[in-house]
Amino acid sequence: MSNKYIGQSVKRLEDKRFITGKGRYTDDIKLPGMTYASFVRSPYAHARVNRIDTSAAKDMPGVVAIFTGDDIASAGIVGVPTGWQVNFRNGDTMKEPPHPLLVPTGSTVKHIGDPVAVIIADSREAAFDASEAVEVDWEELPAVVSAYKATQEGAPQVHPDAPGNLAFDWEIGNPIDEVNEAIEQSAHVTTLEFVNQRLVPNAIEPRAYIGHYDEVSDKYTLYTSTQNPHLIRLLMCAFVLGIPEHKVRVLGPDVGGGFGSKIYHYTEEALVTWASKQIRRPIKWTETRSEAFMLDAHGRDHITKAEMGFDAEGNIKALRIKTYANLGAYLSTFAPAVPTYLHGTLLQGLYTTPKIHLDLYGVFTHTVAVDAYRGAGRPEATYLLERMLDLAALEMGKNPVQLRKQNFIPSFDGVEQPGYQTQVALQYDSGNYHGVLDRAVEMLGYDEFRQMQQEANQNGKLLGVGFSTYIEACGIAPSAVVGALGARAGLYESAQVRVQPTGKVSVFTGAHSHGQGHVTTFAQVVADKLGIAMEDIDIIHGDSDAVAFGMGTYGSRSLAVGGSAIVKSIDKVLEKGAKIAAHKLECSVDDLEYAEGKWTVKGTDKSISFGDVALTAYVPHVYPQGLEPGLDFSSFYDPANFTYPFGCHIAIVEVDKETGRVKLKRFIAVDDVGNVINPMIVDGQIHGGLAQGIGQALLEEAIYDENGQLTNGSYMDYAMPRADDLPSFELDRQVTPCPHNPLGVKGAGEAGCIGSTPAVVNAVIDALWSGGHKVKDIRMPLTSERVWRAMQEQNTQILHS
Amino acid sequence: MTQITVTVNGTSQTHEVEPRQLLVYYLRDKLGLTGTHIGCDTSSCGACTVHMDGMAVKSCSILAVQADGCEITTIEGLAQGDQLHPVQEGFKECHGLQCGFCTPGMIMATVDMLQNNPDPTEEDIRHALEGNICRCTGYHNIVRSVQWAAEKMKTSAKVLDGASVSPSPVYASVNLNQQQQQQL
Ligand code: FES
Ligand code: FES
Repeated sequence: MSNKYIGQSVKRLEDKRFITGKGRYTDDIKLPGMTYASFVRSPYAHARVNRIDTSAAKDMPGVVAIFTGDDIASAGIVGVPTGWQVNFRNGDTMKEPPHPLLVPTGSTVKHIGDPVAVIIADSREAAFDASEAVEVDWEELPAVVSAYKATQEGAPQVHPDAPGNLAFDWEIGNPIDEVNEAIEQSAHVTTLEFVNQRLVPNAIEPRAYIGHYDEVSDKYTLYTSTQNPHLIRLLMCAFVLGIPEHKVRVLGPDVGGGFGSKIYHYTEEALVTWASKQIRRPIKWTETRSEAFMLDAHGRDHITKAEMGFDAEGNIKALRIKTYANLGAYLSTFAPAVPTYLHGTLLQGLYTTPKIHLDLYGVFTHTVAVDAYRGAGRPEATYLLERMLDLAALEMGKNPVQLRKQNFIPSFDGVEQPGYQTQVALQYDSGNYHGVLDRAVEMLGYDEFRQMQQEANQNGKLLGVGFSTYIEACGIAPSAVVGALGARAGLYESAQVRVQPTGKVSVFTGAHSHGQGHVTTFAQVVADKLGIAMEDIDIIHGDSDAVAFGMGTYGSRSLAVGGSAIVKSIDKVLEKGAKIAAHKLECSVDDLEYAEGKWTVKGTDKSISFGDVALTAYVPHVYPQGLEPGLDFSSFYDPANFTYPFGCHIAIVEVDKETGRVKLKRFIAVDDVGNVINPMIVDGQIHGGLAQGIGQALLEEAIYDENGQLTNGSYMDYAMPRADDLPSFELDRQVTPCPHNPLGVKGAGEAGCIGSTPAVVNAVIDALWSGGHKVKDIRMPLTSERVWRAMQEQNTQILHS
Repeated sequence: MTQITVTVNGTSQTHEVEPRQLLVYYLRDKLGLTGTHIGCDTSSCGACTVHMDGMAVKSCSILAVQADGCEITTIEGLAQGDQLHPVQEGFKECHGLQCGFCTPGMIMATVDMLQNNPDPTEEDIRHALEGNICRCTGYHNIVRSVQWAAEKMKTSAKVLDGASVSPSPVYASVNLNQQQQQQL
C-alpha cells in the first residue's frame, strides 16, 4: 500500500481520445457488409394494428428484409422481461404483461413510438425511405397518460389482464392505524399535494446497437450503448431469444452518458441480434433524438399527497403518504423497484420520524416506460421530505435549519455506534448529518442572507433561500436483501486482477464507464494498493468475453461494489505474492511486509520487488512446492449493506416580481460520499447531478397531451439546462467513511441530482413568502408563467392533480 | 449524385454525394471522421460543430454540397501533430468532459469563440456555449476549461520565443506525467 494516488485529482487517462475525436462509440463502428435498420412506429398512443402492408416497401431500392410483429411471434419470441418483481400487498403477483419486440397485427400499440415493423436496408437512407412506404391500418383507441386518472373508474385500459391499470399496489412502514393516530394527535400537520414530473434522461449519445451473427463461429456479437453489457447478455439470451450465453458476446464500447436510460434491455437490442442471423449480415440501428424522446425510459412521474405531523415543539411525529407512480405501458428492467424499494425505503430521510406509512400504486398508462433516472426513487423521496420540512418551517414560523437539526438522527460511525435502523426497512451505515448542514449554512451566511432578503424586499426584489438535507441508498446492493425484495438478479460485482509476467497489471471489471472515469479512479486504487505506477495498469471493461461477469454501473455502485471486488482480487494477488517472495528471500511469510511495490524482510534491507515476484510466478524455477504458477485472481464482491451518502444543498434565488422569472444566484452543496479517491472526478459527478436536479426544478418536463402525444419530444421543445441557465457551484465535502466496504467509499454519481431539486423549489417558495405570497407549492418546472400565476393567486395552493 | 471538392483537415477530397446528404454524415460515413457526433435532429445540441472556412457551424444543418469548395476543420484536425490545441488541453486539465460525447463540438465551438473574444468573462463563455448541450458536466468545469485555454492562449502569445507557460491549475494536483517521471 502506498499513498501516492488515492485522494489526488489525477487527470483522466481516458480524456486524450475524447478530446482528439478518437472516442469509439457504437455508431462510429462500421462492419463489412453492414446493413441499417429503421422502424415503423406508432403515431398513436393506443391503437389496434389491423393490417400492415409492406409490399411497396419491399420493392424499394436497397431493401434487404422487412420483419413485422407476426414474424417475431412466429419465431416464438415473446418479448423483453422485467428484472424485478413487486407483489400486491395482498400477496398476489404483480401484473407483468408481455412487451413484444414488434407489435403483431390484431394487437394494440401502447405508446407513441411502439414499433410494428422493421426495415433493413443497405443504407440508413434506404431503410428510412422504405419505412415511410409501409402502410399500416391503425384503429385509434382512447388513451390515458396520468397515473391517477388511469386508476379511476372507466379509464381506458392499457392491458386487458391488468384491471384498473394496476401493476401492483404496495405499502411500507408502520401499521397505518398507528400512523393515522399519530397524525391526528399532532399539534401541526403540513399537507402537500404535488407532482414530481416526468423527465427525459437525455444522454447526449442516442442509443445505438449493432447485431452481428457470424456463421463460421455460430456466434453473435452485439455492440450496444449500454451501462451493463453482461446484464444485457443475460436478459437477452436467457429470457428473450433463447440463445446459449456462451454464443453471444456483448460489447459496450465508449458510451456517451446513460443516467439510467442505458441500463435497460431494450427491444431493439434483441431485434438486431436476432435479425442479423436471419439475413446473415450485421445490422446497425441508431436512434434519432426524436426516437430517444419517445423510447428511452423516462424518469420520476409521481402524483403524491403527503402529510407530516409535528408536536408543539416542532418534532416530527408522523408521515403519511399516498403516491401514484406512473410505470408507462410496459415494465422496464428495473421499473417496479424504483417507486418501491428505491423510494419507499428512503422516506425516513435524516429524521427520527417514529411513524411512517407509504401507500403506493404502480400504474400502467399509454406512455413510454418509466424506470430509474439518475437518483431513481431517491430524488422523489428527498423532494417529498425536503419540501415538507421547509414548508412546515414557513407555516410554523420556524427557522428551517433549526427545524432540521432538532429532528436529525444523531451522528454515528457504524463502528463504535451501531447503524441506524429506520422505520422503512433500511439500516443506515454511518452518518454525521449536523456536520454537512452546519458547513453549508456557514458557506451561506444565514443571518447575512436574511438581512439581504429584507433589504431586497424593500427595493422591490424577491430573494429566497431553500434547504435540502438528503440521504440516499447507493452501492446497490446485497444480493440476499434485494433477492428477498423481488430482484431477479444478484447485485454483486466481479473483478479480475491479472498480473502479467513483467509485473504490469490488467484489471477486468464488471463495472462500465460511460463518463465516470473508472479507468482513472480504479487505476489509482490498484496503483496504491500494489505500490506501482498508474501507467503500468490497464482497466478493461465493457466486453462480456473479456470480463468474467458484471452487473454494470448504476445506483452509484461502481467504486463501492466494483472497486471492492478489485480490492479483493488484489488481496489475493498479494497473499500469493508473499508466498513466492518468502520462498525467494528464504524467510517465512510472517517476516515480510509489503510497501512501495516490494516485499521486505522486516527489520532488514532484504527485499524483492513486485515485478520480480510476478516474473517468478510465470517462470517458476525457484518456487514454493505445491504452489500453482501464475498470478491472476478473480473475485466477486457482494456488499454487506447499501451505502448511505448524504449532504446538504442550499439554493439562493431571485424572483422577478413582474415576470415571475427565477434566477438561480448561488448553489451550495456539501456532500458526504465517504472516502474520495479522485476529488476532481467526484466534484464533476456532483456538478453534473446538480445540473440535472436544478433542471428538474426549473426547466424540464416531458409533456404528453390527453391523447398521449409527446408534445415536446425534441431539444427545441424540451428545455435542457444550458450553460447560461446555471451558475458556478460552490462545493465542499465532509468525509464519513463507509464502515462496511474496504475502500470506505459510498458513491457520488447521484448525490447532486437527489439533493438539489427541492432546494431550488424551496428557495422560490421562500422568496414568494418573503413578498407576502403564501404559496404552498408551484408545480415543477417553475417556469416564469407558473411563478407569476402563483404570485397572482396568493394564499391559495395551486392544485394540479 | 453531385460531385463536391472539400478540403478537410488540410487534405483535398473529391466525392460524389447525394444532394440530400448532410455534411455531418459526409464526414462520418464517407471520410470516417467519427469524432464529429450527432446528438439531435433539430440543430439544437452542437455535438456536430465543425469549422467551415474558419467559423464554427453545426454540420447537421449544412448539406455536404454546400461545403463544396470550402475548408473544413474537424476535431481530428485541431491538434498540430502531437501538440494539442490549448482548448483541448484546457478540457483535459480542468475535467471539462465526462462521457466525451459533447466534447468535440464543445471544443470546436470554444475555439471559434476565443478567436472572436480572447478574454471572455464567465458570462461571455456561458452565453457563447449555450448552443452546445452537455448532460454530464453541469458546465461548471467546461467554463473552467475555457478560462484555462484563454489564459494559456494569451500567455503563449506573449512569450516571444514560443515557450509556453501553463496557467495555474484549477485542480492543483498530481499531473500524472510529472508523477510518473519522478518514479523513473
Ligand atoms: S447534431 Fe447538430 S446540433 Fe445536434
Ligand atoms: S461530457 Fe457527456 S455530454 Fe458532455
